[in-house]
Amino acid sequence: MEEMAEHAHAHHVDPVVEYQSSKFGMWLFIATELLLFGGLFTAYTIYRAKYPEMFHEQHLELNKPIGAINTVILICSSLTMALGVASIKRGKQELLRLFLSLTILFGIMFLINKYFEWGHEFRDGNYPGTSIFFSLYFMMTGLHMIHVIVGLLVLAVMLAWSFTGRFSDKYNTPIELGGIYWHLVDLIWIYLFPLLYLIG
Amino acid sequence: MEIKAHSENHVTGSGTYVAVWIALTILTIITVAASYVHFGTFNLVIALGIASLKASLVALYFMHLKFEEKITWVFFLYPLVLLTILISLSMSDVFFRIPVSP
Repeated sequence: MEEMAEHAHAHHVDPVVEYQSSKFGMWLFIATELLLFGGLFTAYTIYRAKYPEMFHEQHLELNKPIGAINTVILICSSLTMALGVASIKRGKQELLRLFLSLTILFGIMFLINKYFEWGHEFRDGNYPGTSIFFSLYFMMTGLHMIHVIVGLLVLAVMLAWSFTGRFSDKYNTPIELGGIYWHLVDLIWIYLFPLLYLIG
Repeated sequence: MEIKAHSENHVTGSGTYVAVWIALTILTIITVAASYVHFGTFNLVIALGIASLKASLVALYFMHLKFEEKITWVFFLYPLVLLTILISLSMSDVFFRIPVSP
């Protein structure tokens, strides 16, 4: 507990309080993210209710296998992220670096898939302006992709810091909070995938 | 000041994470397979049901919500309550609005 006091020293805050406050802060942010994507999901439900045939016809043009592979990739990345958090909570620095690296690798694989998938859509002539369905598709998956990119940047910083001995079983709050954010990215995709790719 | 410290002392075992990962992968396979069968409107129910199950697993175990304090649950669930209101009232508007000519 004494080591944690160093981090809290300047603020004269109990390190346990600081840790819990930090976590609350991240959960508050998660709440705003749920509402952000929730707005887009609301738009999806409204237009799907109004134009069911458009959704059915056009969703067939999406690449279901790539979507499914991306789903599995993100699920794997969530596993490696969770294992990374558990590792550092047990003081295992090298395991943390390994699992952070794997998580980032999975994230990059997701982005590469997206690159080919969207490239294919553009070559087929499907753009955000093609129809309401594709407008929603590109907006929702695009906003999600931006979250993946930001998440990867955060994880890269975490990985860099993990080489400086900054994290330990006593102090690993940024890793845990970064993990919560990354799981949210996975969670959003868990809903995006069936709504866009599976059910027309 | 009374701080409940037990929540941050709990470290989930790797075995639990792997089990959750296996469940998520199996559910993904099921939901993709089900999408190839024509259940009609029920396809929507199946897909959203499985998605919600997967989301719950991610939230409860990966995001550690199962072991967090109740106030954290409120932060996570309250936006969903708001979304339920937003979507249901929007749906009722879409289905029951009577067009009025200018």
